[in-house]
Amino acid sequence: MNTLFSMLSLTLIFSTPIIITALGGLFSERSGVVNIALEGLMMIGAFSAATATVLLEPVTGAAPWLGLLIGMFFGALVALIHAYVSINLRANQVISGTAINLLAIGLTIYFAQIIFNQQRTDSFIRGFVKTTYPGLAKIPVIGPIFFSNMYATAYIALALVVVVWFVVYKTTFGLRLRASGEHPQAVDSMGVSVKKMRYYGVVLSGVLAGLGGSIMVLTQDTQYTMATIHGTGFIALASLIFGKWNPWGVLGAGLFFGFSQVFGIYSGDFAILSKFPDEFFYALPYVLTIIALVVFSGKSVGPKAVGEPYDVSKR
Amino acid sequence: MSKIKKLLLDETKYKITVPIIAILLSFLIGTIVMLLTGINPLGAFKALARTMTGINFDKLFTDKMFNARYVGEFLTTALPITLTGLSVAFAFRTGLFNIGAEGQLLVGAMAATVTSIMLDLPAIIHLPIVILSAALAGALWGFVPGILKAKYNVHEVVVTIMMNYTALHMTNYLLKKLPGSSLIKTVKSNPSGTLQSDFIASITNNSRLHWGIIVVGLSILVFWYIIEKTSFGFELRSVGFNPDASKYAGMKVTRNVMFSMMIAGAFAGLAGAMLSIGTFDYGRILVGFENYGFDGIAVALLGGNVAIGVLLSGLLFGGLKSAQPLMQANGVPLEIAKIISSLIVLFVAMKYGFEMWLRTYAKKQEEEGK
Repeated sequence: MNTLFSMLSLTLIFSTPIIITALGGLFSERSGVVNIALEGLMMIGAFSAATATVLLEPVTGAAPWLGLLIGMFFGALVALIHAYVSINLRANQVISGTAINLLAIGLTIYFAQIIFNQQRTDSFIRGFVKTTYPGLAKIPVIGPIFFSNMYATAYIALALVVVVWFVVYKTTFGLRLRASGEHPQAVDSMGVSVKKMRYYGVVLSGVLAGLGGSIMVLTQDTQYTMATIHGTGFIALASLIFGKWNPWGVLGAGLFFGFSQVFGIYSGDFAILSKFPDEFFYALPYVLTIIALVVFSGKSVGPKAVGEPYDVSKR
Repeated sequence: MSKIKKLLLDETKYKITVPIIAILLSFLIGTIVMLLTGINPLGAFKALARTMTGINFDKLFTDKMFNARYVGEFLTTALPITLTGLSVAFAFRTGLFNIGAEGQLLVGAMAATVTSIMLDLPAIIHLPIVILSAALAGALWGFVPGILKAKYNVHEVVVTIMMNYTALHMTNYLLKKLPGSSLIKTVKSNPSGTLQSDFIASITNNSRLHWGIIVVGLSILVFWYIIEKTSFGFELRSVGFNPDASKYAGMKVTRNVMFSMMIAGAFAGLAGAMLSIGTFDYGRILVGFENYGFDGIAVALLGGNVAIGVLLSGLLFGGLKSAQPLMQANGVPLEIAKIISSLIVLFVAMKYGFEMWLRTYAKKQEEEGK
């Protein structure tokens, strides 16, 4: 039973950056802009957060928290490039996203070389620390999973799911955002700027992907390297699709994909699972996403106008 | 009006002027980044020039002026990305976006390693089998997104991204299972099943350049011939332009989508062979992507998705990739090459914006001329 509890608790930690980044992708794609740049935006966030933490740790105890803010800021800044190129210049959004991903690899390590004279950042001393909450940890089942040896950042992910759901489904802003991705002409005809809504969507995706990357490096790593993000942005993209572009679906898919990574680590503990190679668990999220896409096909689940530059003349 | 102005304003030349502007702007921004961060940009340019010409501009007119190995290594790097460029370009011409060249390359590389190690035949039979197996494996990996697009209308971009990671983990697993493999590489391939050549090595001062150069040359010809000269290629392009009209004209759209992804996959599979039985003589177990497939996207875009363009931009990106160690040695962080490459992609993607600016500029000039 203890193994199961620690597996679930670890799942929550692994899923945190996936869920947050996927929620970012949700904003962008719901507004009508494809965002395969999530991976790159996570890298930018992770690098900025790790750098800020290394530099600020000697000064203040709040360094990792400031790191998160700085990661979010730079994530948003780079997302602005994607927004400008795909919204104003009407470039192919997939190409623009690919360019951002490539740019992120170059930029982060370039600046690591400038600042730290090596191809990675220096190690930070602590980053975030796992906490056990004395009273809460004693609650049966929930205690050991949610409140012992847990990073505070995991609660951010869970809270964000609720916030994003509320914003996207219960506010005027959310309605306009979703409409921009479904039927931009209708949004325009009501006097709301499609461009502006899409800018919000893409920049928010940068903020959240930056946050996801920051949390990932400050909880699962000791420094930023080229391998820190290792495809998590694409797993987030997979979660977004697997979760049918819906915050609750994203939560479920994110937890599931996080769990499949934990499975890989613990597979040796289970007789049946140990027969599967580690690679099987690594590849599982991607294979499942392809299967899900086939199952979903025919039903229109994704935002209808996603990927198309908005053309006023088509009204 | 000056000649340059005239050229910039000529709409029929946008195909050539836009990529050149993209390249110049990217190098300009790269230079600015280097200057702002206190790096001497000359080191980067010297490294690039030495890589692509073999000439050391610091030692002109001495016996150390020219070293053929640099040229050999530069071409070795250009081979796989020219092929992934052909792969992406082929799909583009038929209206598909192949982000999956990365994965197709990996399965191609694996297939070549497996057939090279496991079979023992005379070179004249062995080598063609090895090369074909790489192309077939790539085609098979392209077939999956192709059939899903054709039959279920699932977007090929997402499927190919997921196929890339699946390929990475699957090939790692299978390569480790080959007899004698360690955790990082397989045993050496059979000499009869590799592209390596003592002759080419001897004329390029022991570079790793190999017979793959012939495979790439033939692939460029095949690409050009299929796309420009056959009715099959015409159908593929037509489906890319307008699937509905093509269907109305009696073309088999779903079949063509499938074939197109398979041919694109085959080119990328061959790129894999360039690495596993060309540059190296063993299969490598990778911790992550090496971005040959993503470089292919850059190559195809800059090359305007035509054979000759892919060749030229394959050489440019090959140079940028191959010059990286020398840049580092010259005191320039090698990632500047990656930054410049990605900026080129970004600027080419902004093609529409450039054309818009050029048109506005042309209009202004016209009005002033009146």
